[in-house]
Amino acid sequence: MKNRVIICESSEMIAIGLADIIDGLAQLDVVARLDSPEHLSEKIVTTEANLLIINPALLGYQNKEFLLQLGKEHPNVCMIALVTSCLDHSLLTPYNGIIEINDTRAQIISKMNEFAESKTSKNNDDVELSKRETDVLVAVAKGMMNKEIADQMNISIHTVISHRKNITRKTGIKSVSGLTVYALLKDLISEDDLI
Amino acid sequence: MDKTKTPFSKDTKLAELMTDDRRLLQLLPRFGIGLGFGDRNVEQACRMNHVNAELFLMICEIYADDQFKPEREELLKIDMRDLLSYLKASHQYYLDERFPHIEEHLQRIIEACGQKYGPMLSHFYAEYKQEVMRHIQYYEEEVVFPYIEALLNGQRTDTYKIDEFEHNHTNIQDVLDDMMNILLKYLPGDILPKERIEISHDIIELSDDLNRHSLIEERILIPSVESLENAQP
Repeated sequence: MKNRVIICESSEMIAIGLADIIDGLAQLDVVARLDSPEHLSEKIVTTEANLLIINPALLGYQNKEFLLQLGKEHPNVCMIALVTSCLDHSLLTPYNGIIEINDTRAQIISKMNEFAESKTSKNNDDVELSKRETDVLVAVAKGMMNKEIADQMNISIHTVISHRKNITRKTGIKSVSGLTVYALLKDLISEDDLI
Repeated sequence: MDKTKTPFSKDTKLAELMTDDRRLLQLLPRFGIGLGFGDRNVEQACRMNHVNAELFLMICEIYADDQFKPEREELLKIDMRDLLSYLKASHQYYLDERFPHIEEHLQRIIEACGQKYGPMLSHFYAEYKQEVMRHIQYYEEEVVFPYIEALLNGQRTDTYKIDEFEHNHTNIQDVLDDMMNILLKYLPGDILPKERIEISHDIIELSDDLNRHSLIEERILIPSVESLENAQP
């Protein structure tokens, strides 16, 4: 899944430059550019953005309150400060990350990739397994191999592996025997299902 | 852990070392160093108990700082036979003391779980224990250690090389983590909560200990055996 980025920056030159760098990255798409935070909240909703790059200078003294409010309204959005001028460092603490005006392209790319990754894992913060994940879990608990699961569910092995990763992340359980116990405890399978 | 602190030395008082990091205490019986060492420093205490002080300090370092990695020339100073007997003593400690201790707690939890969850929990643990035994007893003690002992006696064999070493401890730790999650997060809350908290402490301790144990194998045992393999004609 691609991460959807909004850039909120008053300098068009900087915003376009940054968008250009980010658009070249596989995991990221710039979905909107704003020159003020005025309609930011609506924009996040309509574009389904999950990464916000914003210049703290645009928020002035209400920086903190604004971000807190935004964070409450959109808990899944990762907020990154775009620092173009000298700033009081305490202003930067609410952000999940910082990009600076004189960062090189390579630095920006590596930072963005990092944010994107941390975001994908944060994004699915919910611990509930999806229907598909539950199906995979049951199959794993019954002792099926990835290949068998893929064939039975008509999905690729790659997808099975990705479901399994999510199952482990959500449940905190890595081993097959542990997943079996989990499935039994959650009444997803019964002892009779086990050979 | 304070990373800036100077490494332990042979002049450090043994008592000081032990109060510095309480996990080091469990190393004493494995090295056969008895209590009542008074104000002896590491060198004196080791000499009294016929323990290689270099090896003792190296292992203390790994317990105190998981980033610690001994230099090649330091590795040359240790006696492989001492290292092997230390590793065997650790295995013995896990099998004779740590696991039975955890099992005792677990048995009570399994009983309290009744027919619904008891058997599966018991099965889960049994499977885990089997894997541990396989790695420790049937693999390390029957394949790896005898191979190293043969090397030390100047015998070469082509059947095994240390670079095939199975890094199975991660697996063993994963299952321990799973066990923690099952006990804390997923078993119904009313089943022996006190017992489950107690067993968690034991599991965390064992998991940490096993982690250090595999670091010792990776950073001391394997490179030492590699030099042995390369040194011979």
